[in-house]
Amino acid sequence: MRLQKSTLFALYAALELAAEPGRQMSTADIADRYGISIHHLAKVMRQLVRAGLIQSVRGVGGGYRFSGNVKRVTLWDIIELFEPAARSANQDDEPGHATPVSRALDNVRAEIDDLTRATMQSITLKSLLKFAPAERQKRLP
Amino acid sequence: MRAGSLMNNSAVAIRAAEAGDIGKVIRLDELHTGLAKPDYWREMFAAYVTAYHFGRYFLIAEDPGGMVGFIVGEIRTWEFGSPPCGWVFAVNVSPDSREGGIGSRLLDAICGRFRDCGVGTVRTMISRNDPLNLAFFRSQGMTAGPYIELEMNLDPGPTDDPNEAKA
Repeated sequence: MRLQKSTLFALYAALELAAEPGRQMSTADIADRYGISIHHLAKVMRQLVRAGLIQSVRGVGGGYRFSGNVKRVTLWDIIELFEPAARSANQDDEPGHATPVSRALDNVRAEIDDLTRATMQSITLKSLLKFAPAERQKRLP
Repeated sequence: MRAGSLMNNSAVAIRAAEAGDIGKVIRLDELHTGLAKPDYWREMFAAYVTAYHFGRYFLIAEDPGGMVGFIVGEIRTWEFGSPPCGWVFAVNVSPDSREGGIGSRLLDAICGRFRDCGVGTVRTMISRNDPLNLAFFRSQGMTAGPYIELEMNLDPGPTDDPNEAKA
C-alpha cells in the first residue's frame, strides 16, 4: 500500500504524540525529528485536531498533545482520514472497467484491499509503539 | 467489570482444563460468538482434555470467582509443509474480565508449553472481520506469517452427477 505524504506525516505525528500522551510537542519539533516539511505537517496537524485525535495547547510551551485512546485508535483510523480512495480503491471511471478482465482484476485488487484494511484496522497505536525499536520503547506510557 | 480486573490479574491462575469446565467454556464461547456449539466443545474436550495427546493444550484462567477465560492449541507437524509449530485455535476472556492482561497470560502460558516441547513458532488464524481478536494477537507481537489462506465456494457442479463422473 503506497501512502500519500500527508498520511505518513499524520502517522508520524500521531505516533510521536501517542508515545507520551501527556507530553506537548510543537509542529516544528515533530517536523525536525522526522525531517519533513513543517508547512505540510502544519496542515496535517489541523486535520488531526478536527478528527479529535490530537488537541492544540496554547501558551508558552504549547503545541499539540494526543487526545485519543492509544489502545483503541488504529493505523486505519488515521489512514482513512487522509486517503479517501482507501475506502474503495476500485473506480468505475477507469477505462475498460466494464470488461470481464477488468472485473476480474477488480476482484484481485479488492482482495488485497480487504487484507490491507484488516491489517491496518488490527494495529493500534499502542501495539505499533510496543514493537517499535528500543529508543521508542523507553518513552512508552 | 469485576473490581480490580483492569489493574491486577495476579489473582488469576492458569491451569489445565478439566472435564467439569465444559459448561462454562460453552457459555463463554456462546457469549463471544453468539452461537452455542455444545457438540463441538464436547469433541474438543474429548480430544484435548479427557484424552492425552502430546502437544495438545486446553488451559483455563480462573480467579477466586471462577473461570474467566480459556485457550486451546496444539503442536502440528508438517501440515502445509510447515515444520513443527504451535497453533492456537481459540482464546476467550470473559467480557467482565477483559483488559486485565488475562488473554496475554493465557497466550504466554500456552506458548511456554509449546516452547517446552521444542517449538519456536506459534500461529493462529483470525477472521478479518474479528477486530477484537486480531488486535489482541497483534498486541502480542504476532504479524502476518509466510502462508496465505485460500478458499472458494463449492457450488453444485457437473461432477455432482454420478453418471457424468463415471464418464
